[in-house]
Amino acid sequence: MSELHDPPTAQQLVESVREWLESDVFPQVEGRLQFHTRVAMNVLAMVERELELGEEQNENYAAGLAAFQCSSEAELAEKIRTGALLSQEAEVEEFVMNSVIQKLRVANPKYLRDE
Amino acid sequence: MESIPSTPAELSLAITAATGLDGISQLRRLTGGASRETWSFHVGKEPHIIQRQRLTSPRDMHVEVGVLEAAYAAGVPVPRVLASSRDLVGDNPVGTQFMIVNAVAGETIARKILRDDEYASARKTLPAQFGSALGKLHRMNSAVDGLEDVDQIAFYQEHLRDCGQSHPAFEIAFRWLEENRPPVGRRCLVHGDFRMGNLIIGNEGLRAVLDWELAHIGDPAEDLGWLCVRAWRFGGAGPVGGIGAYEDLLEAYGEASGEYISLETLRWWEVLGTVKWGLMCISQAAYHLTGSVRSHELAAIGRRVCENEYDALLAIRELKKGKGSTRV
Repeated sequence: MSELHDPPTAQQLVESVREWLESDVFPQVEGRLQFHTRVAMNVLAMVERELELGEEQNENYAAGLAAFQCSSEAELAEKIRTGALLSQEAEVEEFVMNSVIQKLRVANPKYLRDE
Repeated sequence: MESIPSTPAELSLAITAATGLDGISQLRRLTGGASRETWSFHVGKEPHIIQRQRLTSPRDMHVEVGVLEAAYAAGVPVPRVLASSRDLVGDNPVGTQFMIVNAVAGETIARKILRDDEYASARKTLPAQFGSALGKLHRMNSAVDGLEDVDQIAFYQEHLRDCGQSHPAFEIAFRWLEENRPPVGRRCLVHGDFRMGNLIIGNEGLRAVLDWELAHIGDPAEDLGWLCVRAWRFGGAGPVGGIGAYEDLLEAYGEASGEYISLETLRWWEVLGTVKWGLMCISQAAYHLTGSVRSHELAAIGRRVCENEYDALLAIRELKKGKGSTRV
């Protein structure tokens, strides 16, 4: 696939800013500003992971929703609430757990427990 | 209406005019939260704290004053209320509702309490002290006016419906919570936010319980479950605030209150607390997204919702298998 935009990629650009925060800014600041710098580094790392994984995750999520005859996440939520999917309860729970794990792989992979 | 005193010099004069506290020194602002600001100052050698409501805050701080006084009288470790706008006759020079308490020395930062050597012995006694403090709180007799009793499931289900997002994991959790709801317990005053961060700890243990803004009438197990939500473990291993086992908390609580809460009930409330914190994360991010406060810190909290979805689903899976006593 051809890309319109020249290198670096969006992921590489974000990475460069995160690295600058880590190496040049973070060691120079303290207290509240240091805390907010750490938050900023974490946010950028999250964006990098989403740029890497997000597209495929979205496609898989849509396919998984379709398997339960849902065209959107909102529809799945509604069907769980009303009990319309009770006959497939175990499958639904497994799918939702997996989708939550996919979100954590981007948001905070360290949070996942080894199982 | 007169303008609200904002500089330390103005506020210092206003405090003296309102309360008669004289010889105020070292007045400085500590934090400015969304609903209130906190300042510290000295009267002579005695450190004090003043909390002042923001004009836009919907809460009535005078309810909290009543709660603090009742908790103090019941022997719960809390700062002592020295003065407040509730007892003023006539004008309030401070501008908005306020209360002044004695400053309790100690540490509130969870990561330090969980890891630093100076709290090593405190960590051994804290889970039991938490149980004992909550036991005393839930057994106190004095009625406090202005407290609400809201059905926790219905309230947070509505919150989820109104947040403008869909969260299938929380729908699964609510379904499980409804199907497994423990019998409605005794009603009592609950703190509503009893957790690491709102507790002042010294090297000998618990010194004071802070932040009574969310106090309400509810089930005693609510406070215990909230304390065990994973977000309040700050990376620590023990389920009780990151430092203790469920059994230590429940046993000390039973001794102090005469009421033995089952692990099953505690964990049900922990799951509800987990969902509740997830929904609160959505609200925090919304402050940024709707533009009322611009902050990358608040924005990032929106991506912590899934941590709570994960914890709730894991706990439900475990509890379904009957592994209620697991110490994770």
